[in-house]
Amino acid sequence: MIERNAQVVVIGGGPAGLAAAVAADRAGADSVLLIDANVDPGGQIWRGETRRRPDQRNATAGDTLADFGTSAVLHLGESRVVAAPAPGELLVETAEDVLVVRYGSLVIATGARERFVPFPGWTRPNVMGVGGLQAMVKGGLPIEGKRVALAGSGPLLLAVADSLQAHGARIVLVAEQAPSHKVARFGMGMLMDPGKLGQGLGYAWRLRRVPYRRGWWPARADGRHRSRGDASDAPVSRAVLTNGRGQEIIVACDYLACGFHITPSLELVELLGCATEYDTYQGQRTTVVDGMQQTSVAGIYGAGECIGVGGLECALIEGRIAGLAAAGHPAEAAPLLAERDRERNRAQALNAAFSLRPELRRLADPETVVCRCEDIPLSRLVDLSSWREAKLHTRCGMGACQGRVCGGAVEFLFDWEPRSTRPPLFPARVGTLAAPRD
Amino acid sequence: MSPSPDIIVVGGGIVGTACAAELARRGATVTLIEAECLGSGATAAGMGHLVVMDDSEAQFALGRLSRDRWDELSDRLPADAEFENCGTLWVAADDQEMAAVRAKETFYAERELAATTLDAAALYEAEPNLRPGLAGALHVPGDSVVYAPCAARALADEATEHGATVLTGRAVTRIDGQRVLLADGTAITAGRVVNAAGDGARHLTPGLPVRPRNGQLAITDRYPGFVSHQLVELGYLKNAHSSGQDSVAFNAQPRPSGQVLLGSSRQFDVTDPAVDHAMLGRMLRRSLDYLPGLADLQIIRCWTGFRAATPDNLPLIGPHPSHEHLWLATGHEGLGVTTSLGTARLLADLMLEGEPPLDPAPFAPARFEFVGGRHA
Repeated sequence: MIERNAQVVVIGGGPAGLAAAVAADRAGADSVLLIDANVDPGGQIWRGETRRRPDQRNATAGDTLADFGTSAVLHLGESRVVAAPAPGELLVETAEDVLVVRYGSLVIATGARERFVPFPGWTRPNVMGVGGLQAMVKGGLPIEGKRVALAGSGPLLLAVADSLQAHGARIVLVAEQAPSHKVARFGMGMLMDPGKLGQGLGYAWRLRRVPYRRGWWPARADGRHRSRGDASDAPVSRAVLTNGRGQEIIVACDYLACGFHITPSLELVELLGCATEYDTYQGQRTTVVDGMQQTSVAGIYGAGECIGVGGLECALIEGRIAGLAAAGHPAEAAPLLAERDRERNRAQALNAAFSLRPELRRLADPETVVCRCEDIPLSRLVDLSSWREAKLHTRCGMGACQGRVCGGAVEFLFDWEPRSTRPPLFPARVGTLAAPRD
Repeated sequence: MSPSPDIIVVGGGIVGTACAAELARRGATVTLIEAECLGSGATAAGMGHLVVMDDSEAQFALGRLSRDRWDELSDRLPADAEFENCGTLWVAADDQEMAAVRAKETFYAERELAATTLDAAALYEAEPNLRPGLAGALHVPGDSVVYAPCAARALADEATEHGATVLTGRAVTRIDGQRVLLADGTAITAGRVVNAAGDGARHLTPGLPVRPRNGQLAITDRYPGFVSHQLVELGYLKNAHSSGQDSVAFNAQPRPSGQVLLGSSRQFDVTDPAVDHAMLGRMLRRSLDYLPGLADLQIIRCWTGFRAATPDNLPLIGPHPSHEHLWLATGHEGLGVTTSLGTARLLADLMLEGEPPLDPAPFAPARFEFVGGRHA
């Protein structure tokens, strides 16, 4: 077993984690270690940026990655925190090794993942999360000429539609579940913000031929095998959308990309005993932090989407504050606090405008699979009263993903209290957990 | 709640649900009360290995009665109880342990319980992933495994079919004579009360001679065929778990899902339900010692649970020695799932004046001197 000690350890290589690591390093921390599951830094949002030519990079990504590249931060890629065996200590698994990492202070920047809302047909091939489809396209999935429908909520739908169209996809429909008046009010708010306005106008211009329907959401995804008819495992062939008033839009598509917001990844936060709370705007749990980004556990900080979905700028500034505080220089973060609060307020306004309508809780029918790992349909869950009962009596959330996919959905559908988090946080080799400790 | 039940069973684990089902089937009016959901305590922290132990005549008698009753019940169990007759292999590491295998085979043979000695070649044919150099094993083909939380739910369903009332999510805070007080302020009165609350029993009945013993478990992702029998090191009791010290023993179980469930550990005087990485590491190293190929398999979950242990490793089944209306069915430690059905049968015979199928004396709570007052 390899041992590593660092004054500041950062978990997560997305914008918040990178900003925290660089800030801690520049503030003079003796040693900063950044641990991330991906090979390259950048997280989900900047996936692939490090492999682009510098002149083709997103400017913010370029700056942040350049700062990170020239810092003294030690980057540990392809590594996952699987357990926290003792206070101040993390067990980390890499492809070949097991590491024990000891920290003075810790910044958790584990980000968020897509939230799935189950509806009939959501488990068909080629029905996927907007982020998942975008990542696959960036990874080489041929999308040129393919018909893509997008459904869900928030500006991310438009951003992904824009990006897929740029890769040659034919965007057949964007269905926004929020009603027109809420979207319009949010749009008015954007007029106050030249940067956001420019971005929004860019999408509007490039997607001007794409139907953008507000107040519509998926009713089901139909599929058809070329040879075997409409078996339940057939890829999606058409999306059926509803406005809740008995009307339907039916569009033929090769892909249906859904984006019902992202949900904070709280596993490490919970394993370390940091408090979480229910955020009514976001309709989900987030990490509790104080003004200096410190969680309820002294010396453990949170930044970025894992403390509440706030977007890129929010993640960057929270990361800087957390990095400075974790390095023992909270005073240097003082000038950043007002801007951080503005970003958080902006995020709250966005979350309020695009809050999920209650009808989405009733899309699934009794046969709709909720837990994909264990194949658990809705009918087996409706009479249960807690996550624990669902886990114990149906195995819902007990498969290899340990509830990462169905967890957000189940909490949205049933309002159950969150699940307990136990090690390992990710599937870990027996050999890793068996490694002797002194 | 309409008329008072004859009997309240406190605790909806495998023992409480088995007792409720048995008592209801035999005509008693039963109310079963569970603090959380059915099978959520030690029942969820056991391996569900239905095994006849040979460490004492009494344990053997209770285990055999229980295993026979599991076999009868198995046809009525729902699919999610995952009953599977995979048999046990008691693995012998060396010649000395092989001698113990033969002694164990003789013990079972004298009591007409099927068991056969496997030599090394037969062992590796049965379980090719075991490490080289082992001496052999005792094969007990009649042993099975079950997913106990769903079995507990099925037993509770059987109790309701026979007229019982099942209350879940209702914590009992106090047993006061014939009255049971719930956390929500209500009280239920019954002719008699059975404390079957596992490790929680000692909080409701102060002075019980039980201690919590913590055990860790780990389960892998799906690797169908990696092991085919419940594998237990022969020294399970003698070497590993007999002393009062913290201990680990090799214990691996094939789940019908293809997952491998790994045990076992025992720790006294632990109050934290969190996974203890030092103990987990020890337990997994013991597993690797027998199944080196496990090293690269993925563990997806680890958890722990508290089992109620008595000083003589036998459960408490019968009337409380000094509380007139109170009966006990607890202290099963790591064998609660196996012995739940035998416990239910014995308890029902004692409570409803039937003919006990085995000598109740070794399980009588009165065999211990109880400490503590009537109510703390």
